[in-house]
Amino acid sequence: MKRNRVIAALVVMAGVFGWLLFGGLEKNVVFFLTPKELLAKGTDGVGVAVRLGGQVKPGSVQWDAKTLDLRFTVTDGAREMAVRSTGAPPQMFRDGMGVIVEGRVGAGGVFEATNLMVKHSNEYRAPKPGEEAHEKYKTLIKQTGP
Amino acid sequence: MTGLLAQGALLVSVVVVALGVVVTPVAIRTGRREWLQLSYGAVYTNFLLVSIATGAMLVALVTHDFSVSYVAAVGSRSTPLLFTIISLWGALEGSILFWAWVLALYAAAVVWLHQRRPGNLVPYAAMTLLAVSAFFAILLVGPANPFLPVSPVPADGPGPNTLLQNHILMAVHPPLLYLGYVGMSVPFAFAAGAIFSGEAATNDWAILSRRWMLGSWAFLSAAIIAGMWWSYEVLGWGGYWAWDPVENASFLPWLTATAYLHSVMVQERRNMLRLWTLNLCVATFVLTILGTFLTRSGILSSVHAFTTGTIGYYFLGFIALVLLATLVLVAGNSDKIRTAGTLGGAASRETVFLLNNLFLTAVMLTVLVGTLYPLVAEAVRGVKVSVGEPFFNRMAVPAMVALVFLMGVGPALPWGSTSWADARKRLMPGVIGAVLLGAIALVAGARAPWAIIAFAFVGYAVVGNLREYWIAMRARHAAHGENYVRALAGVMSANPRRYGGYVAHVGILIVTLGIAASATWRTEREATLVPGERLTVSGHTVRLKDVWGREEPQRSVIGATLEVLGADSSVIGTITPRMNYYRVSDQPVPTPDVRSSLKGDLYANLMAFEQSGRNATVKVIVEPLVPWIWFGGGVVVLGAAIGMFQRGRRLAASAR
Repeated sequence: MKRNRVIAALVVMAGVFGWLLFGGLEKNVVFFLTPKELLAKGTDGVGVAVRLGGQVKPGSVQWDAKTLDLRFTVTDGAREMAVRSTGAPPQMFRDGMGVIVEGRVGAGGVFEATNLMVKHSNEYRAPKPGEEAHEKYKTLIKQTGP
Repeated sequence: MTGLLAQGALLVSVVVVALGVVVTPVAIRTGRREWLQLSYGAVYTNFLLVSIATGAMLVALVTHDFSVSYVAAVGSRSTPLLFTIISLWGALEGSILFWAWVLALYAAAVVWLHQRRPGNLVPYAAMTLLAVSAFFAILLVGPANPFLPVSPVPADGPGPNTLLQNHILMAVHPPLLYLGYVGMSVPFAFAAGAIFSGEAATNDWAILSRRWMLGSWAFLSAAIIAGMWWSYEVLGWGGYWAWDPVENASFLPWLTATAYLHSVMVQERRNMLRLWTLNLCVATFVLTILGTFLTRSGILSSVHAFTTGTIGYYFLGFIALVLLATLVLVAGNSDKIRTAGTLGGAASRETVFLLNNLFLTAVMLTVLVGTLYPLVAEAVRGVKVSVGEPFFNRMAVPAMVALVFLMGVGPALPWGSTSWADARKRLMPGVIGAVLLGAIALVAGARAPWAIIAFAFVGYAVVGNLREYWIAMRARHAAHGENYVRALAGVMSANPRRYGGYVAHVGILIVTLGIAASATWRTEREATLVPGERLTVSGHTVRLKDVWGREEPQRSVIGATLEVLGADSSVIGTITPRMNYYRVSDQPVPTPDVRSSLKGDLYANLMAFEQSGRNATVKVIVEPLVPWIWFGGGVVVLGAAIGMFQRGRRLAASAR
């Protein structure tokens, strides 16, 4: 008799816990979308937190060092989306590289980013001429080095 | 040559381990117990063979023998010696080899320490450890073979992943994690051994395995803290925990192991929860394997996920096998395992332990669901999703805060039962601590309800735990006339397990304080500065001195020197965030710099710089009480170490 009551209590508790858990999940799941998929949602995609994935469109990066205002375009080959963020671009940020941007589409159709993640690849890739890493710092080392 | 030798050793180990597994039940069933020596011999031989392979790998790494596939993948002549040595665990195959070695070491230690114990528990536990070893041996000769020949032999290699050769904590976090993770195979082996031998109907096996779990738990606790520290010191975002799947993977078995360490006491004292404790052993082990699957299969993109390959299927298969086998075994024996003990009163220590287990399990399930949901959603519905931090913070943090409160309640209540009046008398003193710390938090500007509650509960629990020392110390002082210091030492050595546990509690509370404070009062600002320009963040002012560059053998270093200014604008120190460009990668590694004090950290990261040295963009973060997290981690480990000194006196007496 007592055992049945304990089992019933456990079942109720598990039920409530599961309900809370999956309710919480539904509210906090963030979809990972490409610009094409996000634009296909139309107005349903506005104001919803998503992760936007794609490549940084070459030549689209504009950064104002003084105001830290960063703008660039993310493309998936088919469609593209303008992104705005505040702060310095991640140190490995570069034209054409894969990025994941967390944020939401604002009223003006511009993606307001709250978080920028660069796809950090472990595979070594030979840099193209003109974009070797040392191009970015060789002057500094020459100037201040021993 | 080394490669061939090591491959040979690993192949022989597969055979030895398999023979060891088979011979155990035969020896026991046929009554030829002398054959058990063969099984124990297999454990020692396996340790020797895996040691040879691991030693060969270290030699190959240090001598830059690029004819070995693993060295060709992670070695480089320009990498400093220390980072060359620790690249043993810097990529998939090496880490599996290291894992197998730690497992072989644990198995050898178990046999060495316990083989004279009568009964069939230890033989079956050794057999279980051999079976787990067999899985890793198969991985090492199959999909994770680090000793494949490379031809033609390259002149140099790319070196380890740049993120993993940028900080000394890489020499600390992984070995601790492996010692913790792999050590949790031992309680599992005892649990399985208990079922096979029929000793699951006693409490002895749980008492034997308790110290193994406590030691592994201490290693895992230290590893989690070291991992947080690494993330803080290397990744440059100024945080230490983001509910990332790889973090969750280390946290999940920690939760069930913590639950075990508490439930095993209830099992001993009240003869309850035997089946539950056994299940916690199994769950902890399965969660360590699941964690390895998550971090090593390449299913997640992270610094822990090295390559994609077939290895994930092996892990899934192994998890399924372990779950199925234990389900059949436990279900088939559950009537024998179940215990007859009953709860004392509602206001008793065991009630608090039950609640503790309930909340720890709830946190574990929450984290597990949140971690696995994206994988399941992608596999089943074909959508890519991630579960955001708010889910974990909203679902798991309240239960964790409740656990902090229970930490203050449990030690104050006696086993068995007590009157409500007595319980109230025992529980009231903590309220002073709660009011005090809650008020301090409120005055200091905390407004989030959960933060204030967390501070108050920490205050409550600190008083609750310290009071236990005080009571015992005073009693000893009165009884033996010892001075208070001697009395405290006497209290600790008379019952190291209990008072070590309270030390661990205090450590957890210090960690909690650090987390709550840094989550509440963290402030950050980002700005582009020219030399001489100042930036003030929450009362701390820095001034950019200069931007500089320097060549080192394996990398180029760009740095920004920031002067920290005191109240009168005098320079009281410098912080130098850097950006390291390794030769082997076109992506720089952020290298933030931290200036620590008791009150907290001043954290600076170099975000961008002008080649001419004209300006640098820096992010400066003020992080209150963060060093307390690292210090508290040390206290937790100290508490566990004290608890390890418990001798078998009371344990043996309560074995039945």
